[in-house]
Amino acid sequence: MTVVSLNDVAFSYGDVPVVDGVSLDIEPGEFLGLVGPNGSGKSTLLRLLLGLERPDRGEAHLFGEPAHEFGDGERIAYVAQDVTDAARDMPITVREVVRMGRYPRNLFGRFSDADRAAVDGALDRVDIADLADRRVGALSGGQRQRVFVARALAAESDLLALDEPTVALDAESRDSFYDLLADLNDRGLTIVLVEHDIGVVTARASRIACLNRELYFHGDSEDFAESDALAAAYGANQRVLDHSHDHHDAEAHVNPDSEAES
Amino acid sequence: MTAALDFLTPLLVVNTLTGLLDWFLVAVDGGFSWVAETTGLQFLGYPYMQRAYLAVLCIGVVGPLVGSFLVYRNLSMVGDTLAHTAFAGVAVALFLDATLSIAVPPLLGALVVAVIAALLVQALVEYTDARSDAALAMVLTGGFALGSVLISLTGGGISVGINQYLFGSLATVSRADIGLLVSMALVVAVAVTVAYRPLVFVTFDETAARASRVHVRVVNTLLSILTAFVVVSAMRIMGVILVAALLVIPVVTASRLGRSFKQSIWYGIVAGEFAGIAGVTLAYQFGLAAGGSIVLVAIGGFVAVAVGLRVAQ
Repeated sequence: MTVVSLNDVAFSYGDVPVVDGVSLDIEPGEFLGLVGPNGSGKSTLLRLLLGLERPDRGEAHLFGEPAHEFGDGERIAYVAQDVTDAARDMPITVREVVRMGRYPRNLFGRFSDADRAAVDGALDRVDIADLADRRVGALSGGQRQRVFVARALAAESDLLALDEPTVALDAESRDSFYDLLADLNDRGLTIVLVEHDIGVVTARASRIACLNRELYFHGDSEDFAESDALAAAYGANQRVLDHSHDHHDAEAHVNPDSEAES
Repeated sequence: MTAALDFLTPLLVVNTLTGLLDWFLVAVDGGFSWVAETTGLQFLGYPYMQRAYLAVLCIGVVGPLVGSFLVYRNLSMVGDTLAHTAFAGVAVALFLDATLSIAVPPLLGALVVAVIAALLVQALVEYTDARSDAALAMVLTGGFALGSVLISLTGGGISVGINQYLFGSLATVSRADIGLLVSMALVVAVAVTVAYRPLVFVTFDETAARASRVHVRVVNTLLSILTAFVVVSAMRIMGVILVAALLVIPVVTASRLGRSFKQSIWYGIVAGEFAGIAGVTLAYQFGLAAGGSIVLVAIGGFVAVAVGLRVAQ
């Protein structure tokens, strides 16, 4: 079954249109990279497809149901840029956070053996079992993002949505984080990734959607590099240093000086 | 026959509850008197001091328990806001009594108005563009303004009791207050225990909780209402102006001590109990304001922990 289906979706904050006329499907096992300049509506599109916002026009479906009515929380996991400052100060252990992955399945009852096994398995899977009793606030940015992925894995969700998860990471942790995502995708997890670093996305994602309010490109990542969608979406005045897909270090940044993503 | 029974049921419930309360107070009195005799601390035998200690024992648990979910969401001011609106509730009760001779227990007035204010703050943040701290400031000042206007309307005749509500007092916790206080503390403790997982999920990562289909709005409303319960429980002893302290200071003290969130909640309760018991004792011994003493002890505890951790490093 199609995981996500958007049909002519439009959304605006007040009078400002942020997303306009976007249609795209995400199939099971896909790794979709959602790229575009700052303020292009990528994060909003992610919120729309997760059902966190309702489109002003058009339809968003999750696993065949209208996204905002979809109720199977355990099938969706979400990883943000980084935790808020408040959450970083919060005394909470890695294990306590990963356990949250089981909450959609078990919000009030006792944790079963299956719940505990899923938590332990997830900790092992992203290689942070030795950090289980550490405070999340004391971890490095890269370790912390692994905690959130572990939470998603503990949920045994079908769709993992990430909103610029590596903004706060150094190049090395970012590479190993994306290796982890690619590996999880190889094992069948469907991934949607919002990312401003085009080099990274084209190297790892199987499909690319390039957005600047409207959809400029949606297709295989190989075809994206050859298309002129990038220049069109970012505008001719934007400087694109390098977007070849075998090269994905810090040089590959597209760095528009526009205002921050809303 | 059934109709008559239906009519009687509430009476029976009230009777049972009053009986339970009496039994509870007798047991508490026995316990305190025994401690008073064995330790030679006479004041533990005075009923009003027993009620004051019982009150801070309850507040010391529920304050940090609920405060732990407020502090890490930068909602520390919610407690203060609801306390100031609770003052409006007290004024409404006193006003009704003075002008219309309708006897409403002031704490009940405070509870009703504080819960309404909690829902109002939620609505203001959700349905208007008001930033949440601005919404809180409006409700806080609005509530206090309403209280002061109601009091002036009665020509100052009821303002005698107001000082006690503003600054707190050891001597004013009545038997009926204790019943309400213990029940509210029980409700809060049970609610937090049952709703612990949604509360902690929303506190740590609200967006992920929403994506996982946790009903964030319901959780937020529950938290506001529980906060209203806590401030109303504590306002007699602590006073409206200082009541929010026990939602915040013990939690901040514990945040450096606990590793896990559950652990830090327990440390917070220990810090809250210490501040409450030591504060009430100091207030009695030296004739100080109760609320102020408790808050200063709590801050002293925070400083001691901070210094202790620095030295230990």
